[in-house]
Amino acid sequence: MEKPYVMAVRKLYGALDSPSTMRALASLFEHDVEFELIPVDFQAGELKKMPSLSPFGELPVFQEGDLTLFESRTIMRYISHEYGKRGEEQVYEIPKLQGIAAAWIDVEDHQFDPPASKLIWELVFKPQKGLPTDEGVVEEEEAKLVKVLDVYEERLSNSVFLGGDKFTSADLTHIPSLYLLMKTPVKRLFEERPRVRAWYRGVMSRPGWEKMVEMVEKVRA
Amino acid sequence: MAVLKVHGSPFSTATMRVVSALYEKGLQFEFVSIDMKVGQHKSEAFLALNPFGQVPAFEDGDLKLFESRAITQYIAHEYASNGTQLICPDSKKMAIMSVWMEVEAHQYDPHAAKLCFELCIKPMLGLTTDPAAVEDLEAKLGKVLDVYEARLTQSKYLGGDCLGLADLHHLPTLHYLLGSSAKKLFDSRPHVSAWVADITARPAWAKVIAMQKS
Repeated sequence: MEKPYVMAVRKLYGALDSPSTMRALASLFEHDVEFELIPVDFQAGELKKMPSLSPFGELPVFQEGDLTLFESRTIMRYISHEYGKRGEEQVYEIPKLQGIAAAWIDVEDHQFDPPASKLIWELVFKPQKGLPTDEGVVEEEEAKLVKVLDVYEERLSNSVFLGGDKFTSADLTHIPSLYLLMKTPVKRLFEERPRVRAWYRGVMSRPGWEKMVEMVEKVRA
Repeated sequence: MAVLKVHGSPFSTATMRVVSALYEKGLQFEFVSIDMKVGQHKSEAFLALNPFGQVPAFEDGDLKLFESRAITQYIAHEYASNGTQLICPDSKKMAIMSVWMEVEAHQYDPHAAKLCFELCIKPMLGLTTDPAAVEDLEAKLGKVLDVYEARLTQSKYLGGDCLGLADLHHLPTLHYLLGSSAKKLFDSRPHVSAWVADITARPAWAKVIAMQKS
């Protein structure tokens, strides 16, 4: 029987090799939100043709009817508040609990992401572009990441997930960096810390992870 | 009501961000001064409040929070019915405000903070301002402010028609930059200039600045 044509209400403009796009994808998949991915060739300057979409010229951009959002963490927060599945919401209604989850979303942004993204640049993107890895930078940034992971290890002794007793955006927001770093020797830093190890393996078993990876890797196959 | 406490420095932009939200809401709070010159922010007592050893840290009864923008969001939600409304009840409008909150953190603040360091902090520490760095940072911040100028032709405030956290979060670095040669970046863009004049004139903001004098 013919499948009825369903018009996509939601669009995600993104690049499948971009961690920011991966964050938005993970959030959409985690909440079972239907959307159409519109790949944008960032390197070919395609985004510059759409200044009204993204005034800072960055991906991803999310459109839902007449709502246009950019900044992956905004898209992630909007999806989690708007499309929480009843009984499985990934936000807290009580401000005190949501405040804690929000703090750990910002921890990923301000503490984890700086060393993580530099390591991803050195160990994943540079080799892809045929550029040499700077081992000095790798050593420096691993030392910084270790300090952050030590705090995570301590946090996870008091809390099942980073944001609280349930999986939230505070955990999900790490998905792009975890996905890329697990393919590098940096993986050992996560493996060496038992609670961090259990936590990241739990994140890897989420539908948001699995479906994001499937979409990203299908393009490469 | 439980005691609200802010642990920080009245000169720290992140601390000022939190204090501005408390004054806008008309909330009473205790200010615990953290002496960073003697490393108090790395003491065990402070690390128990913020394991990353950065000001500010915040307490509301048994709730302990850190990360200034998470703290302001908490205050805005928990005390929604007090003082100035800083968030939008409508989820789509809040999403738009949230975009500009992330813009402040990712596009504006990196350049603004470094410019503050060159133009305001370095002289205080007896270090020399790097003119090449200033020129580079002013160019980058200028490009961000061009986007702000376009945005503010369509919207009274950055986050939407009403003042909110997206605007408030800019105040601390704005305050320092307005006292420096970087002021020209804001003055030369009419909508940005009007927005700056509006938000810096708020009585709650004057109270934050007054804390630096006591």
